[in-house]
Amino acid sequence: MTRSARIILCAAGLAGLVALLAWGVAGLEPFGHYPGPYGTVLNSVEPHERHAANVVSAVVFDYRGVDTLGEELILFGAVMGLAFLLRENREENTRGVRDRVPSEALRAVGLVAVPVVVLLALDLVAHGYLTPGGGFQGGVAAAAGLLLVYLAGDWRAMRHAGPLPVVDAAEAAGASGFLIVGFATLIASGAFLENLLPLGTFGKLTSGGTIPVANWCAGLEVSAAFVLIFLEFLEEIMAEREAK
Amino acid sequence: MIGAQISALALVAAFALAVVLVHDVLRSAVLYGIYGLMLVVLFVVFQAPDVALSQLVVSTVAFPVIIVTALAKVARRERRRR
Repeated sequence: MTRSARIILCAAGLAGLVALLAWGVAGLEPFGHYPGPYGTVLNSVEPHERHAANVVSAVVFDYRGVDTLGEELILFGAVMGLAFLLRENREENTRGVRDRVPSEALRAVGLVAVPVVVLLALDLVAHGYLTPGGGFQGGVAAAAGLLLVYLAGDWRAMRHAGPLPVVDAAEAAGASGFLIVGFATLIASGAFLENLLPLGTFGKLTSGGTIPVANWCAGLEVSAAFVLIFLEFLEEIMAEREAK
Repeated sequence: MIGAQISALALVAAFALAVVLVHDVLRSAVLYGIYGLMLVVLFVVFQAPDVALSQLVVSTVAFPVIIVTALAKVARRERRRR
């Protein structure tokens, strides 16, 4: 295809895209005035029904818990696939590979940041159903905290902080914990993630019934999944490094 | 408030363009981190703190790290082949 033909094709496609986009944006409701009733209904109903201060968490871990289960299993499957492929094909072992931190500043900042980020992550999970946050956000933040161990110390320190067997077990425990809570409530009451536990007082850590349980399971699963991704990728790089 | 919204949208657009237009993949990955941070600002300005928190760690830490480690692996393999 010649250059001018490509430009014409691209221009035609872009013009169509811009026209469709402008049409769509012009038809949008003004900001903050969306027409769907779902959010409005939940905002008024959720505080009495579930006692969780963060309605988003109540949607994610209760009303739409099945969606979250699907998302969790996608992540679980993706990470399992990654571990399976990389562990199977890894030729070199990584014994004796050196991995020094080149910068003292990086080491200092990293060491200060590790406890801060990990504490923040735990706080995000623990208060996920009271304030913005939750199992997913806190889980990824915790994994980022462990990644900082690699930046500040070395890869071996990170592997020491999160040994692969422990991470594997945590990943499985988080994913199966969510499933167990879901199916236990399904058997007991006939609906997946039906909230059976005492709901507690609105705004307290003990509120929300099964929401905190599902929330912590998700936090464990997500943090282990991301730590596993980081560990496997770093292991790959270190294996290459020795071969050099 | 409208001013904050417009500037957040403009920053996201600017960094999104930068991610695409930069030719070096490594630079693109680092720019993607900054672009993700701008998206976080956008979500905060538009009052979606839950989404902002997920975006914060996924797009500024997890995704760039995965890209950079993959690049490191590919670059070593290319060098060895030569």
